[in-house]
Amino acid sequence: MALDQIVDGLSEVSCDVLVIGGGTAGPMAALKAKLKNPKANVVLLEKANVKRSGAISMGMDGLNNAVIPGYATPEQYTKEITIANDGIVDQKAVYKYAQNCFEIIEELDSFGIRFLKNENGDYAVKKVHHIGTYVLPMPNGETVKKALYRQLRRARILISNRYMATRLLKSADGRIAGAISVNTRTAEMLVIKAKAVILCMGAAGRLGLPTSGYMFGTYENAANSGDGYAMAYHAGAALANLECFQINPLIKDYNGPACAYVAGPFGAYTANNEGSRFIECDYWSGQMMLEFYNELLSGKGPVFLQLKHLHPDTISEIESTLHKVERPTRGLFQQGRGVDYRSESIEMHISEIGFCSGHSASGVFVDDNARTTVPGLYAAGDMASVPHNYMLGAFTNGSVAGIDAMEFADSHGFAEFDAADVAKERDRVMAPTKREDGIPPNQVEYKTRRLVNDYLQPPKVTRKYELGMRRLAEVREDMQERMIARNAHELLRALEVQSIMDCADMAAHASLYREESRWGLYHWRTDFPEKDNENWFCHTLLSKQDGRMTSEKRAVEPYVVPIADDEKDLYDKQRIRARA
Amino acid sequence: MPLASYQTSVPVVVDDAKCIADKGCTVCVDVCPLDVLRISDMTGKAYMAYDECWYCMPCEADCPTGAVTVNIPYLLR
Repeated sequence: MALDQIVDGLSEVSCDVLVIGGGTAGPMAALKAKLKNPKANVVLLEKANVKRSGAISMGMDGLNNAVIPGYATPEQYTKEITIANDGIVDQKAVYKYAQNCFEIIEELDSFGIRFLKNENGDYAVKKVHHIGTYVLPMPNGETVKKALYRQLRRARILISNRYMATRLLKSADGRIAGAISVNTRTAEMLVIKAKAVILCMGAAGRLGLPTSGYMFGTYENAANSGDGYAMAYHAGAALANLECFQINPLIKDYNGPACAYVAGPFGAYTANNEGSRFIECDYWSGQMMLEFYNELLSGKGPVFLQLKHLHPDTISEIESTLHKVERPTRGLFQQGRGVDYRSESIEMHISEIGFCSGHSASGVFVDDNARTTVPGLYAAGDMASVPHNYMLGAFTNGSVAGIDAMEFADSHGFAEFDAADVAKERDRVMAPTKREDGIPPNQVEYKTRRLVNDYLQPPKVTRKYELGMRRLAEVREDMQERMIARNAHELLRALEVQSIMDCADMAAHASLYREESRWGLYHWRTDFPEKDNENWFCHTLLSKQDGRMTSEKRAVEPYVVPIADDEKDLYDKQRIRARA
Repeated sequence: MPLASYQTSVPVVVDDAKCIADKGCTVCVDVCPLDVLRISDMTGKAYMAYDECWYCMPCEADCPTGAVTVNIPYLLR
């Protein structure tokens, strides 16, 4: 039978721990869960193929947040991230990450993933952040996925590729009971009962529309459509600080990183059209993005990443990393444009908006054990709320989640779910396939994401948000009543649009709730232009309560690492001042 | 509403002479994160069925015969 032809079917399996998402955090969570209890069944469910899925599909060019003895301490790192994230940090989880991540680096090294070392065999860590030194290049970072896959096979993890999870199942008393998924090539549905579930489904990267107009030319892997955020929401889990959007400085049109983390330590820097530096530090913070945005609009743009002043050998070294690892088509793109780094600077722009705790702080709320607010449900990686955690955070917190989830599974039986929930979800999933006539998913998606750009992109204006929410509600109605899918592949896209729409609604709701400006460009509200520590020095938690989207405040946990008053605003001083 | 098809020039190109999908190879179809490649019923060769590309390269990098080329999608070239 031909691929993509719709098959109406439903089957059920069970496992001890279900990991959803096989990118970065997911494989590590699955591996650690299995090692914790080798007799248990661990299923790794993946919408694409674990061999090449997620943000690190083609590897990664470096660790952005390595806390390596001799270069940085967990205290220093925790302080840096607290300041970079404008104080809204539960430090316990960040501190735990900082303590554990070196062990994970050594473990990754033992898997065959190579990091840059100096002539003495020590890790060659570079400085990019405002205060400390945490960037460790990976010139051979293209091997990451293969090395992980070998470990998964060796540990006998059960891998199910091409299954998209759509909803979580819970028992009457609110405990996690499993997940419902759909095969992306046949539309057959699969119910997976599990004692514990770990969500590792990546960023919500297909939220805004890239300026190129190409829907899949996103910064994030375009498969990351925010399904994890939507699933957590519908399961009643709390989501933290969603108004702290992810917005990145990227190669214009290509929409991938340039990448200042790779080139910066060699002497490259961000400059305006006059060739002058205007930001103190290239680390991606909201405050830095605000200065970047201001420069683009000031008449002093375009903004460039400047490399041409460097020695040709140095440029070749940078080039060999940029054009081989993470986004290797960067080389092809520059070649097509006739840009040689030796003679021309790289034109930069800012990305579409998204949710991602990997770079900012918008994620499913988790504590320092990666537990969400739903018993038995965990989250790790870009979609979990530990701020600025990047790839190494996905590995490290994925490890924490895997171990804790297996402990939970070992001490609990299966929770019972209501069969009516499965029937209801089956109806929702299959609805676009039952219509004869209607609107295809690509048009619903384009319109949704165009509205996100028009109305939700910062600066955030209350009146624009209100209009945007009205328009989005109209498109939601079209999506629910009229969207069609003529084969299983279109059904995959139709389901993704529903995640994107949920994320757009959450982005709007969370942004209107926080009545202040914080995190630089990420949450710049023109109606409330100042930071208001008196009323808003807190997390915001968004959740579904009695079927309605609700936001509430949550106090920031007392700091483990104190921040002195004169350190708190270090990241606010991004703009280079003219010196007298 | 009736549907019309929409012309688009696709970024992933397969060299039919090198492609061994007709011998049972499915590597590029298997690894694509966006699941946009298929094997043609007519030619038995791989081709890009859906223009939903992240220009990420696994199809090209993992192809055992070097048959696949990833180009930058026209809109952002």
